[in-house]
Amino acid sequence: MSNRLNSMTEWIDKRFPLTSNWKAHLSEYYAPKNFNFWYYFGSLALLVLVNQLITGIFLTMNYKPDASLAFASVEYIMRDVDYGWLIRYMHSTGASMFFVVVYLHMFRGMMYGSYRKPRELLWLVGMAIFFVLMSLAFTGYILPWGQMSYWGAQVIVSMFGAIPVIGDTLSQWLLGDFTLSDAALNRFFAYHVVTLPLVLIVLVFVHILALHEVGSNNPDGIEIKANKNPKTGIPVDGIPFHPYYSVKDIVGVVVFLMVFCGIIFFAPEMGGYFLEHNNFIPANTLQTPDHIAPVWYFTPYYSMLRAVTVNFLWIDAKLWGVILMAAAVVVFAFLPWLDRSPVKSIRYKGPIFKFALTLFVISFLVLGWLGMKSPTPLYTLLAQIFTVIYFAFFLFMPWYSKIDKTKPEPKRVSK
Amino acid sequence: MMKIKTFLFIVCMAPFIVSAAPLEMELDKAPVDISDNASLQRGAESFVNYCLTCHGASFMRYNRHRDIGFDEKEILERLVQTGQKVGDLMESAMWKKEGEEWFGVVPPDLSVIARSRGADWLYTYLRTFYRDDSTVTGWNNLVFDRAAMPHVLYQLQGEQKLVVKTSDSGEQKSLVLDKKGELTAAEYDKFAGDLVNYLVYLGEPHANARKSIGLMVMIFLLGMLVLSYALKREYWKDIH
Repeated sequence: MSNRLNSMTEWIDKRFPLTSNWKAHLSEYYAPKNFNFWYYFGSLALLVLVNQLITGIFLTMNYKPDASLAFASVEYIMRDVDYGWLIRYMHSTGASMFFVVVYLHMFRGMMYGSYRKPRELLWLVGMAIFFVLMSLAFTGYILPWGQMSYWGAQVIVSMFGAIPVIGDTLSQWLLGDFTLSDAALNRFFAYHVVTLPLVLIVLVFVHILALHEVGSNNPDGIEIKANKNPKTGIPVDGIPFHPYYSVKDIVGVVVFLMVFCGIIFFAPEMGGYFLEHNNFIPANTLQTPDHIAPVWYFTPYYSMLRAVTVNFLWIDAKLWGVILMAAAVVVFAFLPWLDRSPVKSIRYKGPIFKFALTLFVISFLVLGWLGMKSPTPLYTLLAQIFTVIYFAFFLFMPWYSKIDKTKPEPKRVSK
Repeated sequence: MMKIKTFLFIVCMAPFIVSAAPLEMELDKAPVDISDNASLQRGAESFVNYCLTCHGASFMRYNRHRDIGFDEKEILERLVQTGQKVGDLMESAMWKKEGEEWFGVVPPDLSVIARSRGADWLYTYLRTFYRDDSTVTGWNNLVFDRAAMPHVLYQLQGEQKLVVKTSDSGEQKSLVLDKKGELTAAEYDKFAGDLVNYLVYLGEPHANARKSIGLMVMIFLLGMLVLSYALKREYWKDIH
């Protein structure tokens, strides 16, 4: 039997690089042995991606991208399609959980300096993935055609309209109409189920390819490739991804699924954070809701959009908000060049970085919280303060990361 | 270092201190229990009798009510009134155009009303109608000012009137029963409770199945956790 299997593998290997790829990416891909809790979120993001693709395909079988039918078709899935409710909740919970794992994955990179040389391109591809993911979330949220779908999209579309000179033309081109309507729903459906998933899959593939070229960073932020066994050429602190990290990631997957299924089966709306209450009202083009709030994962950026209240430098406040919001996402991409610290990991960085990162996380969370609230003068002031802190983290990094008192990095990874 | 910690603490707490603003009106807690078939059945019948004339529940099929213990014959006898078939959707008997003419707005479909409004809001809404001569319908509501819907359940509840007390702490609104209805206050609360319970069921008919399947999934995952952790430990024994 094993002989038959061997000759079969041989037959394939002559025609397709099966064994060599298996080795290069799994059984002989050496990962640092000191991965901690934060290193689960990469593989979990991949798991959620697969979940979104599969449940998404099943949803398209019954969903109708038509402004007069969309809302009812979602309820049809929830009621009349066998286990349609499960598929829909897996998809809607998956959307939110995608952002949970991706935000944690990004935070891991910021803590341990995973964006630093030689992983700049890996980080940039990751940023592209983040951007596509946001577009996917936005186009997907429109599809149920509830009040929040409609009016949330209206806010985003008006952002394009704020761009000078080409704004109006651009938003008409995007919508295929002068206002948000059936034409827009149809094309957003096309983006959501064809264009963006294709781009996402390619980018994720490139992300993993780039990772396996440079090798994984680790909580100590030192290069395991710098210390190889002279005989074997294998990093002394590296262990094969398979079986060690494949079995470890399975534990992570099970724990994640417990949280994921806990939400799907016992709190699918997550108190209105994953499925907003107002989105159970069919879109009404004549009735603006009192309070428009995006889903939780966009609220930090929504806060920044609303934070600018004064016209400045001949540019009006709304456009500043849009610029600020876009900058808040794009600014992550500059991290590899903003960080001038001699060490990568927070473990060996000084108190200033730790303080700055803590402040950044707090401002991200507070902005997120403010984005869910109706604006009051006080909330707007808070949003302005925390927007400044958010950007200060990035803009002053070249300076504070240089003067910070760091500790020496170890030669070998620590436990 | 202490100063930094204090600063961080203040930064963290700032939004929570200011968020302690009072709510508009406190809602009463609805007695929701979607595993209580008897209550759901009473609610379903009231819904069909009192709500379905103007409102639709057009995402819901009559025969779905087998979930709450009706058989098809009972569904046809007790729920279907307009000669529809048992597999039909629960559409309103009223034309949308007529609704708009009569009430100014088309009465909303109630299929997922409990998911947008919430059970407590509905429960409070159904119980806080009062006479108000200044409105078109002659009725007003404590949680939905100038609601387009008149108090269709007034024969059951009776007629309430608004009493406003002004004190140092501001205005306090309360309702008193002016004319008695067919039901006592406690009976009417139970009636409204059953109806709201049914609306919660109507919003998500598979909620009971969801929870019971969820329980089995969690037990399965717990087993998987033990196995996968044992596997991980076995492999990682030799990593130091």
